[in-house]
Amino acid sequence: MRKVWDLIGGVHVPENKHQSVQSSIGTLPMPKELVIPLTQHMGAPPKLLVAKGEKVLKGQVLAEPKGFVSAGVHAPTSGVISAISDHPIPHPSGMAARCLTLIPDGEDRWVETKSLEDYREHSPEELLNIIRQSGIAGMGGAGFPTAVKLSARQPISTLIINATECEPYITADDMLMRERPQEIVEGIKILAYILGEPDEILIGIEDNKPEAYEALEPYLKDTNIELVEFPTRYPSGGEKQLIQILTDKEVPNEGLPADVGIVCQNIGTTYAVKRAIQQGEPLISRVTTVTGKACQTNRNYQVLIGTHIGHLLEHNGFDESQCPRLVMGGPMMGFTLKDLNIPVVKTTNCILAPTAEELPTPPPAQPCIRCGMCAEACPASLLPQQLFWYARSQNHERLEAHNLFDCIECGACSYVCPSNIPLVQYYRSAKGDMRKLAQEKISSDRARERFEFHQARKEKEEAAKLAKREARKKAAEQARAKAAANEDGSTEGNISGKTASSPADDIIKAAMARAEAQKASPEDQHEKLKRGITRAESHVESVQKRLDGLDPEATDKQREQALAAIEDAQLRLNDAQQKLADLKLPSTRSASDSSMSSTPSSAEKMVMEKIQASPKEALEKKIATLKERIGVTEEKLAEADDESLRTALQNGLDKQQTKLKDAEQQLAETPDQLEAPTATPETEDAASVAIARAQANVTAQASMSDEDKLKASVESLQNRLKKAQKKLTSAEAEGSEHIDAFRTGVEKLQAKLAAAETQLQQDAK
Amino acid sequence: MALLKLTSPHAHTAQSTANVMQLVLLATIPGVLALTVFFGWGTLINIVLASIVAVSSEAAVMRLRKRPVMVYLKDYSALLTAMLLGLALPPLAPWWIVLVGTGFAIVIAKQLYGGLGYNPFNPAMVGYVVLLISFPVQMTAWPAPLPLYPDGSSAPSLWQSLQMVLPFLNAEGIDAFTAATPLDTFKHNTGLLVEQLYQKDPLFSRANWAGIGWEWANLGFLAGGCFLLYRRVFTWHAPVAMLGALVVCSALFYDGGSSSSHGSPLMHLLSGATMLGAFFIVTDPVTSATSNRGRLIYGALIGVLIFIIRSWGSYPDAVAFAVLLMNFAAPLIDNYTLPRTYGHKKSRRATEKATEKKD
Repeated sequence: MRKVWDLIGGVHVPENKHQSVQSSIGTLPMPKELVIPLTQHMGAPPKLLVAKGEKVLKGQVLAEPKGFVSAGVHAPTSGVISAISDHPIPHPSGMAARCLTLIPDGEDRWVETKSLEDYREHSPEELLNIIRQSGIAGMGGAGFPTAVKLSARQPISTLIINATECEPYITADDMLMRERPQEIVEGIKILAYILGEPDEILIGIEDNKPEAYEALEPYLKDTNIELVEFPTRYPSGGEKQLIQILTDKEVPNEGLPADVGIVCQNIGTTYAVKRAIQQGEPLISRVTTVTGKACQTNRNYQVLIGTHIGHLLEHNGFDESQCPRLVMGGPMMGFTLKDLNIPVVKTTNCILAPTAEELPTPPPAQPCIRCGMCAEACPASLLPQQLFWYARSQNHERLEAHNLFDCIECGACSYVCPSNIPLVQYYRSAKGDMRKLAQEKISSDRARERFEFHQARKEKEEAAKLAKREARKKAAEQARAKAAANEDGSTEGNISGKTASSPADDIIKAAMARAEAQKASPEDQHEKLKRGITRAESHVESVQKRLDGLDPEATDKQREQALAAIEDAQLRLNDAQQKLADLKLPSTRSASDSSMSSTPSSAEKMVMEKIQASPKEALEKKIATLKERIGVTEEKLAEADDESLRTALQNGLDKQQTKLKDAEQQLAETPDQLEAPTATPETEDAASVAIARAQANVTAQASMSDEDKLKASVESLQNRLKKAQKKLTSAEAEGSEHIDAFRTGVEKLQAKLAAAETQLQQDAK
Repeated sequence: MALLKLTSPHAHTAQSTANVMQLVLLATIPGVLALTVFFGWGTLINIVLASIVAVSSEAAVMRLRKRPVMVYLKDYSALLTAMLLGLALPPLAPWWIVLVGTGFAIVIAKQLYGGLGYNPFNPAMVGYVVLLISFPVQMTAWPAPLPLYPDGSSAPSLWQSLQMVLPFLNAEGIDAFTAATPLDTFKHNTGLLVEQLYQKDPLFSRANWAGIGWEWANLGFLAGGCFLLYRRVFTWHAPVAMLGALVVCSALFYDGGSSSSHGSPLMHLLSGATMLGAFFIVTDPVTSATSNRGRLIYGALIGVLIFIIRSWGSYPDAVAFAVLLMNFAAPLIDNYTLPRTYGHKKSRRATEKATEKKD
């Protein structure tokens, strides 16, 4: 007899198993319809392969696994898919999810199945693939895809078959073992073969199932499979608990049984594996216990996946008026159903319809007296009374330190609590809150990193601009020095009083110096001055641009700084004008030529015009930057993989687009005022030419036909699509984790492009 | 069809908080009987008086707090406090002693902290200590065990006892016949060897193991405690640790039975409030440490403190002080005695930060 270890904690719960083992596993008449949830396992939803209205055969694949941790679903009988829609599924929240509705045709005709004569002739990988394609997921309750569990990377030394079924009332595995022991043992052998023949193969069974024990025993002769019996105590059937009872090993927290060389499989799953490998049958039905005093008959049934609970209960003399609550699963860990219109799924091991006397409504909770009975019952050695305290005060730090996340929610603590406190409910709620907070923290961290990166990039750009400006300043100084060497002494006095302090000053000074030096030629002087002032003005513009280019999220401080810079620059420009006026006086005094005196004044006029014109230019720039930013945001939006991020980006985009519209409108209103200055017949003036060109551009843009705009947007979309596709291919090559995000980005762009093109075609018509 | 929406578990034990309290009340019976047999009606009068005061003050506070009075009275917690205090007070103490002690225990020590489950200190012990400090004369006057009454004088009847407790019933006033307790005797012993003391003092010479009357009262509480252990109302950790520590300390300082000895382990186990403390006070779950390891430390330190105060303090018995002192320390003990959770290599501290994690 093998040594077994004691379960830590645990409780004795009235078993109530005898009611449902009186008769053999039965079958039910074919229901009128089957509702098959697409996702009945833990992991990624499978890919739908059939369409509404399609005829399917029994066992036909309805959806195939998509991704590694996934499982498909199969047609439980032959018939027609009448709907693919959202339908309430078995879930504690009572939520609805995508389901296939199958109307059986009554023929129950099988699709062609492929059975293996001798599985040992096939590689474990092949067998794993069959299990995977058969839609088998842990049938004990968790629904984890079996193929994934069997393909552990760690070496497996022990295979444990969980025949514990410690929850009261449930007898599905018990009956399966009593009636089909040979097939279960065959299934165990297949599992052992797949796992590379582990040293130990143990069937863990509670001592309240002597019939099952006796049924299995004869088939275990001449095998290395050991049937291990241990005292009945809830929750010894928990995977971690069973491992501890049978091996005294503990599954490390945040680890898997495979980390200690163990794989655990449930009896139902083992049976399903056997059927899949040797009969080629996918998982389309399971044994489910129907029990509770509100049902006249308590019995186990081989139920087709997708059968309505109502159909199941109807055939067992269910009395609605006697049943205040309906439980799927056992009385310790099962959840209540909100109505009968819910299908049986792969993990449905029991439908419990108790009367009010059987499972009375709990009385109101009394204060916790910290009696510690919960701590004695806890199989994870937690302190439930402390967890309760901290869960109520939402002290997440303490909950974390008290290992809340090691709670397996077995309900032993709530079961023994003399104050009737729904402890597990407090833990579930606290876990939910903590998970949510952790998720929020991750996204806020991501947002902060993004913002910091953005700031760093901006700073880099600023630094580059500053360096350029410095270079220009140096060049100007050199030019001035050169000019100073050439000019005569009389004019030098005018300038030398001033100290070179700012780029604008320098430029003006240099321009003035050059103008003085080339006094003899009024035309040249004119040109030079103009150039100088243009440069000064471009400085104002660049500052303005910087202001416009500021991020919408930029702090007020940054905005203030930019505004101050603009004011400063404009002051300097005024200063420059003043200096020009000063320059004019000595020039008029020194030279009587009227044309000479008119040159500086015309230059001044130009500057004034330019300053007046600058709002328009600023507007143009603003539009350009806004467009650029919209482009960037759209791209980001396409790449965004997070729901909250996407909405945030969308909001930003909307705002930017409104801004753009405003700016365009403003621009459309401005040209009238600008008509006058540009109309002045100073055609030889380069600045006015530039203005004219810019204005032409603006008006062209403003008056651009819808078709042109569409074309332009199609073009830009095409460009972006190309870029995105390039990114996607490179991501795929690198196996990046963001592939999905890229893919959705590309898909979205393609959709947009298609929409734009169709609109273009319609417009053309 | 309206089905209930409830979360698991759906099954529940029939055990309730009131059941727990009732069990504890039931377990005091052997001790109560022994005290009544050896010290007269006083104990029963104490219990009844204390119960009346406890229930009425609990009801008054519940009314003030606008809570359903009956719901809270039905948890039997006030009655249990009254019972424990009634057992701890000297029999035949004046009525106002019981009134003040019980009122203080329920109103101040229990309800002002939030009621059942929220009080950091054991209410009965708070009431006891308040009385001991405020009225040392009345609190240290224990009646002599009935077998030691001088020849010719008989034990006071129920009516006489009532007259002693409620002096207004009799204008003349009757005085109880008081005597030193075994712990008093040892405290004031200066010249005699333990052996001589046991021969000379009828308190010991007429007893089986340690002080006539006292030994039976303590054995009664021990029996009640074993019953509660059997019914799994509490775990063995705190009482066993307390008694063990007391035994170890008294054995270390027994001093071979010299005249400066503080008494044998057996004398300490079966004197004063040792067993009442070990099984009915130290095990109070609300005010003790929470984990089993914590309870071991908590109980052992109470045992050590009891011995220290008994031997070198100025009060003859020490259970109340030791328990209150350790009530202070319970949260600290809790912090360092979290059990090792399944799958973790070692236990953590209650105040551990998430960043320190990873064992």
